[in-house]
Amino acid sequence: MEIEKKLLKKASLEKLFEKLKADGKKMYAPVKKDKLVNFALVDTFGEICDDYILTVKSAKSVAFPKIEKIVDYEHSKNSSKAIDIDVSNFPEVVLWGVRPCDAVGFDSLDAIFTWDYKDNIYLARLEKTSIISFSCFKSDNNCFCTSVNGNPGGTKGSDILLTKISNGDYLVEIITEKGKQIIAKAPELFEAAPTEEKDKNLTNVPIKFNVKDITENSAKFFENDLWVEQSLRCIGCGACAFVCPTCACFDIQDESAGKNGTRLRLWDSCCFSLFTMHTSGHNPREVQSQRWRQRIMHKFSYMPERLNVVGCIGCGRCSRACPVDMNISEHLINLAEEVKK
Amino acid sequence: MDDIRKKAKELLENKTVQVVIGYGKGSGEEARAIFVRDAAKTDQLIFDETCLQNLAVYILKHEVKHLGKIAIVATSSVLRSIMILASEQQLKDGDLVVLGITSDGKYIDLPNFKAIEDYLATLNVSITDKEKELLKMIDAMTMEERWAWWQNEFSKCFKCYACRSACPMCYCPKCTTDSNQPQWIPVASHQLGNMEWHLMRAMHLAGRCINCGECAKACPMDIPLNLLTYKMIDEMNANFGVTVGMKPDAVFALSTFKNEDKENFIR
Amino acid sequence: MSEKFEPKVVAFVCNWCTYAGADLTGTSRIKYAPNVKIIRFPCTGRIDFMLLMKAFANGADGIIVSGCHPNDCHYSTGNFHARRRWMVFKSMLEFMGVDTRRIVFSWVSAAEGAKWAQLVNTSVEEFRKLGSYDAYKQVAKLNIEKEVFNG
Repeated sequence: MEIEKKLLKKASLEKLFEKLKADGKKMYAPVKKDKLVNFALVDTFGEICDDYILTVKSAKSVAFPKIEKIVDYEHSKNSSKAIDIDVSNFPEVVLWGVRPCDAVGFDSLDAIFTWDYKDNIYLARLEKTSIISFSCFKSDNNCFCTSVNGNPGGTKGSDILLTKISNGDYLVEIITEKGKQIIAKAPELFEAAPTEEKDKNLTNVPIKFNVKDITENSAKFFENDLWVEQSLRCIGCGACAFVCPTCACFDIQDESAGKNGTRLRLWDSCCFSLFTMHTSGHNPREVQSQRWRQRIMHKFSYMPERLNVVGCIGCGRCSRACPVDMNISEHLINLAEEVKK
Repeated sequence: MDDIRKKAKELLENKTVQVVIGYGKGSGEEARAIFVRDAAKTDQLIFDETCLQNLAVYILKHEVKHLGKIAIVATSSVLRSIMILASEQQLKDGDLVVLGITSDGKYIDLPNFKAIEDYLATLNVSITDKEKELLKMIDAMTMEERWAWWQNEFSKCFKCYACRSACPMCYCPKCTTDSNQPQWIPVASHQLGNMEWHLMRAMHLAGRCINCGECAKACPMDIPLNLLTYKMIDEMNANFGVTVGMKPDAVFALSTFKNEDKENFIR
Repeated sequence: MSEKFEPKVVAFVCNWCTYAGADLTGTSRIKYAPNVKIIRFPCTGRIDFMLLMKAFANGADGIIVSGCHPNDCHYSTGNFHARRRWMVFKSMLEFMGVDTRRIVFSWVSAAEGAKWAQLVNTSVEEFRKLGSYDAYKQVAKLNIEKEVFNG
């Protein structure tokens, strides 16, 4: 589908929000609460925060939440019954105020959740979600989307992308069929596209490294002292994975009461020592440097190789969330340099 | 700071230690932990008000231990953590070289545990007035308000366990929360799982926590876990007259008792 | 016409004193509130605080914890250690807004059958007045859609 362009007046943004809200959709947007900006359900346009680089947590929870029910079960004397989750009951959601990097993140998740088994729960949640992104006009040193094929005004993954232009109005890019349907809810709000260039309204994110140096040479540095060097200060928490828009590893747990219960899917992280622990007590990834290598290799070698997608979108959330300053772009620059040696 | 660099260089050159754990320049505003193994690189060591991490968390880390004997740049938090680790038989005197540093960056010679104990005795480590104010804020709430307040805070938790990982006292190879036979704490990060986790963590640190504040600083969701640590410190002091982490051979307050311990709450 | 609320009460007791005391209550044919479910432990020192939390999570409206009087412990000091931990635990719970009126600590010896009956009766009466512990039950209940969107 070719991208269609329109103009949305500054004052019409709230009206668009109200229209969608009135349409019965759950509005999920960045809200500032106790100093942190995160996605939350909002009732009014006024609650939405517009001055943020990125939310602390990524937007992935809308389709891949920290806790998800997969199946309910009941045991009786002679039989066991599994009760599937009714995915048709999932709410219609508008994910408002996503950054372009987060939107691309859903591509990585899609690749993982559909590569052999089609994860119907994830797909159903995503299917019911419309993504309205806003281009980045601010960035910081942790941002590196441009180094991993991204762009502060990238359209990939979004249904609609809004870019604030110099007079405060919005350039609207309608990217998907879903996006078209959203516009159709309030066609009167949209006008002919502005002539102003989009790019000059975007923040400048400098390219820090050539991602191909890493993805195409990963075999060269699997065995390398660099991993230990980089991860000595890593304390093995899961903060990086839990704020990451593309980390999709999960744990399965049953919570039962008597004979009945629920099977849950929960976020997990390859940085935890227990992640690979076998029942025997043997742990193939015994030390933190191996876990750190896994984290980087998974995103920059295994995913590009097998799923044809880089598993990192350059949002830099992990660097911001890390309690011990494991700065991912710095480490990736090191890796890219290592290859050239 | 020059004294520390000189000392670190000396220790590495004459091979007394193989690694010096200290602070170096970070990627942002805060300094980060660095592990200097080359005498020529000791000038990377820095110390200023951005050097906040409690480096004691690395003393028992497998890969760090693997590097050889450790020297550590030790703020008062690190020193007190070392006292706890020693009290809990995790460290022996002489296992590591301590490069003591005052809050304004002066080197203090601390050759053994006794010297650390004597130095700590000169410091005021009680909780600050500001910390007391925060405790009062919670205490002033009604029970229902406190419940709602903490439930709101815990709802932010997604169980990344940064609080546990950043804590020098959380060195158990297998945490209670990771136990599945029995499953003490739900693995899921729902309201109950979050609350039980934080309650359990606080209880397991009561009498061991030295109030370095690492847990709260580490939390990516800014949950004020430091309030729990202030509370623990306060409790230890009020009930048992104990200041934690001042001696290398202290008895853990909850593994001992006095006949006259308070029991006005028991029927 | 709603049914009268009956609190669910779990009692954690030590084997040597309170359990024997409760037994004596029975053999002495003293009647007491049937709301209580007794769980026997070797010693109060064994009663981990997490067990109490499990009781609340599974729907208890009140908890009784009881063991030997000081200096009477079968293992000499188990109850002294327990007492210290209860102190800290109770303060932590209060700090977090848990209703500590719903946890009753007591010493009941093997000879105090009458005290046990009285303890249970008064505690159950208090718990009944406090009503169902809905605040905790709400938290213990899994609400997936809320978790999905809690940001």
